Amino acid sequence: MATVVTDPNAAPAVHYLNWRKTVASWLFSLDHKRIAILYLISISVFFFVGGLLAAAFRLELLTPEGDLMQADTYNRYFTLHGVVMIFFFLIPSIPAVLGNFLIPLMIGAKDVAFPKLNLASWYVYMIGGTLGVLVLVTGGVDTGWTFYSPLSTTYANTNVFLAAMAAFVTGFSSILTGLNFLVTIHTMRAPGLTWFRLPLFIWAHYATSIIQVLATPVVAIAIFLIAIERVWGVGVFDPALGGDPILFQHLFWFYSHPAVYIMILPGMGVISEVIACNARNRIFGYPFIAFSSVAIAIVGFLVWGHHMFVSGQAMYSSLVFSVLTMLVAVPSAIKIFNWVGTLYRGNIVWTAPMLYAMGFLGLFAIGGGTGLFLGVTGTDIHLHDTYFVVAHFHYVMVGGAVMAYLAGLHFWWPKITGRLYNHLLGKLSAIIVFIGFNATFFPQFLLGMQGMPRRYHSYREEWQLLNIFSTSGAMILGIGFLLPVLYFTWSLVFGRRAGANPWGAKGLEWEKASSPPSPHNFDHDPVVTEEAYAYTGREQLSV
Amino acid sequence: MSSTSHAEHAYVAHHFHSAEQQKEAGTLGMWLFLAQEVMFFGGLFCVYAVYRLLNPDAWLAGSASLSVFVGGVNTTVLLCSSFTMALGVYFAQTGDNRRLFQALVATLALGLLFIAIKLQFEYLPKYREGVFPGANWGPYGHHYGHLADVANQGGLQMYFVLYYIMTGMHALHMIIGFGIMVVLMVLARKNTFGPQRYMAVENFGLYWHFVDIVWVFLFPMFYLVR
Repeated sequence: MATVVTDPNAAPAVHYLNWRKTVASWLFSLDHKRIAILYLISISVFFFVGGLLAAAFRLELLTPEGDLMQADTYNRYFTLHGVVMIFFFLIPSIPAVLGNFLIPLMIGAKDVAFPKLNLASWYVYMIGGTLGVLVLVTGGVDTGWTFYSPLSTTYANTNVFLAAMAAFVTGFSSILTGLNFLVTIHTMRAPGLTWFRLPLFIWAHYATSIIQVLATPVVAIAIFLIAIERVWGVGVFDPALGGDPILFQHLFWFYSHPAVYIMILPGMGVISEVIACNARNRIFGYPFIAFSSVAIAIVGFLVWGHHMFVSGQAMYSSLVFSVLTMLVAVPSAIKIFNWVGTLYRGNIVWTAPMLYAMGFLGLFAIGGGTGLFLGVTGTDIHLHDTYFVVAHFHYVMVGGAVMAYLAGLHFWWPKITGRLYNHLLGKLSAIIVFIGFNATFFPQFLLGMQGMPRRYHSYREEWQLLNIFSTSGAMILGIGFLLPVLYFTWSLVFGRRAGANPWGAKGLEWEKASSPPSPHNFDHDPVVTEEAYAYTGREQLSV
Repeated sequence: MSSTSHAEHAYVAHHFHSAEQQKEAGTLGMWLFLAQEVMFFGGLFCVYAVYRLLNPDAWLAGSASLSVFVGGVNTTVLLCSSFTMALGVYFAQTGDNRRLFQALVATLALGLLFIAIKLQFEYLPKYREGVFPGANWGPYGHHYGHLADVANQGGLQMYFVLYYIMTGMHALHMIIGFGIMVVLMVLARKNTFGPQRYMAVENFGLYWHFVDIVWVFLFPMFYLVR
């Protein structure tokens, strides 16, 4: 690729952050980069709300009895923690922030295909978020984030209707974002940017978007029916009125299982970028990583029944779902294998994003592997609804998705803000998060094996030691998450200028755009003449 | 921007290179939107299938109480509106904004007629004679009184729950369509459309035909069960 020789450390005088300064120019901006910042701020708020709720009920779990809160409060806290973290943080996190910011830059476009729709998605998300906050202040909801009937339709006295509406509305934000990305990736690529030259981040978001567009409407209608049932008093799912609660579970998990791939696939895209750059190596097995993303999206649609092994689903259904669940582990394993292959004989640079990415590899491998225990009907019946499940999905969702999100944020922060953060603190936070995370959730595997059920505020006395470990770990984890807030904020004002490409990374966003990028991304429409990740192992880091 | 001719500047958004790219994006976006609509209604169709299998007797009784004549008339009305919409797309492509306007008026009128028939001859009489699931359920009167004799009242209520939700969701999609049609009418009045610029009408046409097709499925599912 022809390189334009410019001073790499010169920040552009006019960039997307400063070219217009009014509040309205942010709230009504059609620029994908500014919309990404709007999302970054809003999901960070929700992340810390969800985190505080978790900190509160982890404190309650220090002792076997209910002393800090009783069952009613505890149920509300864990439900809101789940709803907030899943619908308002994890699902939008990487796509809406990093995807929004990077997809047009990575494919050499001026913006996403539908900028107005992109802004509308953020407003839809904020309406959903406002409903979520209303739930919080009007007494909460206590059904668990799964809204199972008949608990949600008949027995719960809390604000199920509002919570259902919050999830329903937010779902459309996710659908519209996915639709926008699919069209953008199909129609807006720069000349020469063929499908197999795309960064794997793009492939991951392509696969994610397919799930967002095709799965989210199904949970929307399922949650809508729950809301109708509450308001109208008819029995769509309530067995007492002729409804079938198992049908709700089918509709719910038809989305909510693929939804875990909405949360993890974009993270896998981030990891491909971070590892290739920090190992100064071509990615190993490009087509395998690319197609495994698509395979996860497709096979992921066929495994939802593994959430229902003890729900009274037919034995033969369970058998088929179990086999398909084994199958969906294969593409994930292929990815891990290829990332390790990329590290092999690379010139590894231990930057903060790389430490986060290494954390991801280990934690996601544990999370994925323990998922297999739960996908086998025999072990699942023992482990179902125990802390083993809690630990498993937190290894995937926090150890996987959140670690990847932080890896991505640390990797592209210099591009987004034009500033460098304190690298030592960055590495420190990666290590603290890794230690705190394992201290919190590894004991929960052991608790689950011993049969401690999830979603109870009190437990048997012999489980206290491990619960103390878990709660202490959660406090360390909290510090690990707070640290980046401090040094990122600090970097906005005092951080050194990053220059266009501080990591010496490949990709249009690094090689052709300034940091921060100009309002229209590129000075000249880029033309792509080489494959992605053409690292030679000798690129210079300016950090 | 070098590939963009001067005349195209008026309607090609700044982030597209050409009118062709913009058209491709718009069409793909619309089809993806329809794909998510299919999944949205698909969830309801799935619920319908399960409860019909569980309550075959109630489904027969419920279906027999609906008027195939009224439903048939409405099906015809809706198919005609799809025809006038298709004409509208043609007039948009040929730049005949006057006829496009007329076609949109006809489509809107037929859509409103559908909703009016639905309310006057279906929803309201049923509601008045107690065919409304929930606390006040209790069919009586000349047309629907015999439904009180059906043994499986729970199943019958479920049939009508789905009847109201699914036809209601369909009607809601039509009403959203009315709003978009009004916008398109205003644009047609301003002579907006022509051979280079008709995608808004074409994409709305796709939406309208989709809503039509949903009804083509709902009609046999609710009216023709025997």
